[in-house]
Amino acid sequence: MDQQSAATLSEASLDEIKHLVSNRAIEGDTVLLNMGPQHPSTHGVLRLLLELDGETVINVIPDVGYLHTGIEKNMEAKTYTKAAVMTDRIDYLNTVGNNLVYCLAVEKLADLDVPPRAQAIRVILTELQRIASHLVWLGTHALDLGAMSVFLYCFREREFILDILEMCSGQRMMGTYIRPGGLWRDVPVEFEAAVRNFLKIFPARIDEYDALLTKNAIFLVRTQKIGVLSPEDALSWGVTGPPLRGSGVAHDLRKSQPYSGYEQYDFIVPTRTEGDTYARYMVRMEEMRQSVRIVQQAIDKLPYGPVRSNNRKYVSPPRAELATSMEAVIHHFKLWTEGFTPPKGSVYAAVESPRGELGVYLESDGSPKPYRVHWRTPSFVNMQILPLISKGVLVADLVALIGTIDIVLGDVDR
Amino acid sequence: MDEHLQSAVDALKERFAAQVSEFRGEVSLILVPECIVDACRALHDEFSFELLSEETAVDYWPQETPRFHVVYRVRSLRDNLILGLRVPLNGITPVIPSIVEVYKNANWFERELWDMFGIRAEGHPDLRRILMPYDWEGHPLRKDYPLGYEEVAFSFNQKEIDDRKPFAKE
Repeated sequence: MDQQSAATLSEASLDEIKHLVSNRAIEGDTVLLNMGPQHPSTHGVLRLLLELDGETVINVIPDVGYLHTGIEKNMEAKTYTKAAVMTDRIDYLNTVGNNLVYCLAVEKLADLDVPPRAQAIRVILTELQRIASHLVWLGTHALDLGAMSVFLYCFREREFILDILEMCSGQRMMGTYIRPGGLWRDVPVEFEAAVRNFLKIFPARIDEYDALLTKNAIFLVRTQKIGVLSPEDALSWGVTGPPLRGSGVAHDLRKSQPYSGYEQYDFIVPTRTEGDTYARYMVRMEEMRQSVRIVQQAIDKLPYGPVRSNNRKYVSPPRAELATSMEAVIHHFKLWTEGFTPPKGSVYAAVESPRGELGVYLESDGSPKPYRVHWRTPSFVNMQILPLISKGVLVADLVALIGTIDIVLGDVDR
Repeated sequence: MDEHLQSAVDALKERFAAQVSEFRGEVSLILVPECIVDACRALHDEFSFELLSEETAVDYWPQETPRFHVVYRVRSLRDNLILGLRVPLNGITPVIPSIVEVYKNANWFERELWDMFGIRAEGHPDLRRILMPYDWEGHPLRKDYPLGYEEVAFSFNQKEIDDRKPFAKE
């Protein structure tokens, strides 16, 4: 390598990161090893700097930002309606949930009411999305531990859910189906049958995964007592979602601060007390069963009615009205050119995503564009416990620990 | 307002001269930078706000001084409460005391604060950029930082524009 290209490729100087590694690394007693950003078991573009003593991990230094797309900055330059399209791209395994939390924030800011039918459909879709996200987690987590077949089964069932999402919005993943004030449009007629079909098939499929993994001797050895996280550590590191519940703290925003009518549905918040990788596995498996229960209740009492707020200052009128009403034409034109203008102020809305507390801080200056949007993403916060729980484990177990936190790099880097 | 929240708000008002604001049922306290660590410690130890939900900032340039507001949100699981804190900061290179001692997950939030807004957290153990490349210039979420765009090149000024471009040269 010639002098110039070496200069342009130089990494952060050793002095800058010296304080992150132990003295033994400086003396050459331990090995510093780079893992990622292109690595099959880091679940995306995550780079880790490992300090190893033989095969034992002494220290892990995560390096994130490889998938940073500047969504927060870009959202400031778009109207509230157009910015909603970017929300799907943040956590690409929880697209409906991202739409939901953004819309909840806008609705809180603008004081908009959402009709009951729209709320029920939102719940059905976010719970289906939760199952789909847990299926990706389960498949890849098992794959990391050497169980190839689970991956194929999980992705088979995930297709059912993506088909339902496609049925509603025309897109498998990035649908932006949930909009401020309600939904884009009502669900198609075949929606109910498709959801019921999924509900009929899926519980038996969870039993299949159970049979493959829960008592599997290799899986038990690889997960039990690995990566133990105490409840005190979990709370002081701000961990939420399944990792927190796996450590015995029953905190779930769907129960404690219900949104979109979650208070109507009967479900339990599964917890385990061990705090290890196996406990987090059990929590997520039980969450899938609970999500099935919620969807079942929601589809059984799905109310009829409109799916969009009739506040014309925020939600554009139905297409049919444009032919007969001059006001409707004016509202339509204003909303799709200038956009709506919520009052000045700031709000914080949070939902329970498959990974934990997903929050949006939204600030308005009274103009049609958001003044500031901050995404409090669960992966970004949960990821910080990786160095803590991976001290002293083997490199092979580190792979299991990355999987058990269930990070999505789009969610970390935004 | 919930009585537990009221007692926490009253205590902070009295001890740190905090101002209270309420919007859409959300309570925020406005504090001065010097007392943010003590205020967080009081909330954490005495009023059981165990979780730091978020820490971020807003840039009001050029309309307002102080230019920045650092925004914190703490959550109590015991009493099921959420409370916002806001700290106004002025200057081009503002500094805020780090709350890593109280809430450990503030670590990456404060690195992001430095990366995106150029607000230094004093006493932070590892203040490096987190999302942008380590040699990046500027702090992208500031309002005086433009959204990236390409200048329109014509035959007479193509070379001039090309020379200015930091990357992606043909």
